[in-house]
Amino acid sequence: MSGPREPALLRVEDLHVEAPGRPLVRGVGLDVAPGEAFGLVGESGSGKSLTARAVLRLLPRALRTRGRILFDGADVGAFTPAGLRRYRSGGVGMVFQDPRAHINPVRSVGDFLTEGLRTVGGASRRRAESEAVGLLEEVGVDAAPRRMRQWPHELSGGLLQRVMIASVLAARPRLILADEPTTALDATTQEEVMAILGDLRRERGAALLFITHDLDLAAAVCDRVGVMYAGRVVEELPARELERRPLHPYTAGLLRARPRIRGPRGRLEAVPGRPLPAYEAPDGCAFRDRCPRAAEVCAAAPPLRPLGAGRVACHFADEGAPGTDFGEDVGEDAGGGAPGEIGEEDRRG
Amino acid sequence: MNVISFALRRALGLVLTLFAASFLIFGGLYAAPGDPAALLAGGQRPNPEVLAAIRAEYRLDDPFLLQYGHWLAGLLTGDPGTSAVYRTGVGGLIAERAATTAFLVAYAGALIIAAGLGLGTLAALGGPAVGRTLTVATSAAQAAPPFVVATLLIWLFATRLGWLPVYGAGSGFAGRLEHLTLPAVALALSFTAYVARVTRTAVRGELHSDHVGTAEARGLPRAAVVRRHVLRNAAAPVMTVSGLTLAGLFAGTAIVEEAFGVNGLGSLLVQSAARQDMAVVMALSMLIVTAFTAVNTLVDAASALLDPRVPQVR
Repeated sequence: MSGPREPALLRVEDLHVEAPGRPLVRGVGLDVAPGEAFGLVGESGSGKSLTARAVLRLLPRALRTRGRILFDGADVGAFTPAGLRRYRSGGVGMVFQDPRAHINPVRSVGDFLTEGLRTVGGASRRRAESEAVGLLEEVGVDAAPRRMRQWPHELSGGLLQRVMIASVLAARPRLILADEPTTALDATTQEEVMAILGDLRRERGAALLFITHDLDLAAAVCDRVGVMYAGRVVEELPARELERRPLHPYTAGLLRARPRIRGPRGRLEAVPGRPLPAYEAPDGCAFRDRCPRAAEVCAAAPPLRPLGAGRVACHFADEGAPGTDFGEDVGEDAGGGAPGEIGEEDRRG
Repeated sequence: MNVISFALRRALGLVLTLFAASFLIFGGLYAAPGDPAALLAGGQRPNPEVLAAIRAEYRLDDPFLLQYGHWLAGLLTGDPGTSAVYRTGVGGLIAERAATTAFLVAYAGALIIAAGLGLGTLAALGGPAVGRTLTVATSAAQAAPPFVVATLLIWLFATRLGWLPVYGAGSGFAGRLEHLTLPAVALALSFTAYVARVTRTAVRGELHSDHVGTAEARGLPRAAVVRRHVLRNAAAPVMTVSGLTLAGLFAGTAIVEEAFGVNGLGSLLVQSAARQDMAVVMALSMLIVTAFTAVNTLVDAASALLDPRVPQVR
């Protein structure tokens, strides 16, 4: 069975996010246990970043939300302004995707790092600065005292993202949200930054909600991984199970679409069709237009049900069917021109 | 690149700009139709001998470049020539009126900065109703030309209500303040609306920027977010625009000084141009250009100090 053994630190219950007339997130539920790393994977438009922003109540006012978000048992939606500030300054910290845009360009790196410690934590300038220098060294920034006096535009993207991570660690949060923290960085820097984030949060016992489109990265960094499609979680598995036995045809397709370094070179596979945002997806199973296994029954939305060590929202997934078999099935069907037929059966409107 | 070389380069640019402006001003008025000698003679049909004497006195038969050089040298040594109308030195004419106009410009500038920045910030941070109200008000104010505003102000505050004097510049600080309030408001109104709109746009832009989202996500108090991240970052663009607006006020004084009968540099310029008193017009034009470029340079330097990304300073 799924479900954390201890009470969840973060619980998202049936979260809906809606722009006027356009559903964007359609009933996301997930639990993150204290100290656990949870990866939320999906294509752009799947609603993963909105989910993370909803956790911090950082969504634009034009978007309506429904459902509940509980942090340590407290309803985040019911926080008073002061309670919300306390939650943001001590409970949850967020590492944003693009540090260049998310760090104030006209204030020094030192200002950025010490602002929270001094304003919210009430630390003296000297103490905040020495703490910030220590954090910079921990996240692998060299010449830390000099960096404190530099401006954000004088630092590389990788260094700036380390500064962002240091600023989040400074608040000693119990949960770190990381929204594609390495997507704006080059490949070697990505690995280093991810390793630093992973190590330091584990040392401090902070939980992690890691938003990414990179299945491999999520599996490498996280304990459990949820896969989102068109505003819903379609599958949730322990990370080690994910690559061996995906339960949902979408996950299986994503896994096959990765380029391989070893083995014979061949044409790169892709999931047929294009990723759909929630408001374009068909009724019933949102993936059925693109799914090789789609049938009549998929017109009814499959519930997210427990299966094996995880949860899955697919009528066909069952405990006996290993994911790899599933995968070969998919390959044959895709070759037989099935996507076209499925497209004609599309009954959305 | 350090501060000193930045300042030196800006100063050099300032000198070159003024030099080019002096050439254009002199050349433009030299090419203007009309015989300066006939104007100086003043009579209906001056006899040729008088004209010749005037031409010799004012060196009107010298080649263009020589005349220009003579004028420029005069400017640089503090002697911008003699007024053909007042028959006295231009320097003295300007000095008598400079304090009044400087007071008017400073007064209007203070109104523009205080009201423009205040209202613009309020419109950006307040609710949608506040924003809409101010948009309508600023549109109307921006569309109203100073001479119309001047007429309305005179009608309302001077004629109907009788609160404020309508004519003259007053003396002493309190007297000036009383006499120049209506002219300053007339001069400031459309500029205030402009600065308010620019401020509103800049503050709103920062309010929705990613780095302000970060500051909110860190649980900083709203006041700290607004002060340190929204207003601080909006300051550089707002200051650039406000500075240019202030520089433009020197030229704007001509209209309101005429409308309110204030004996300042602006009305001197209008009257001298009407009477083709070239020495005064040229000197005042140079003064306006100098004030504009000087303020402009100061604004650039201040913007560079406010924004570390501007490369020249650091």
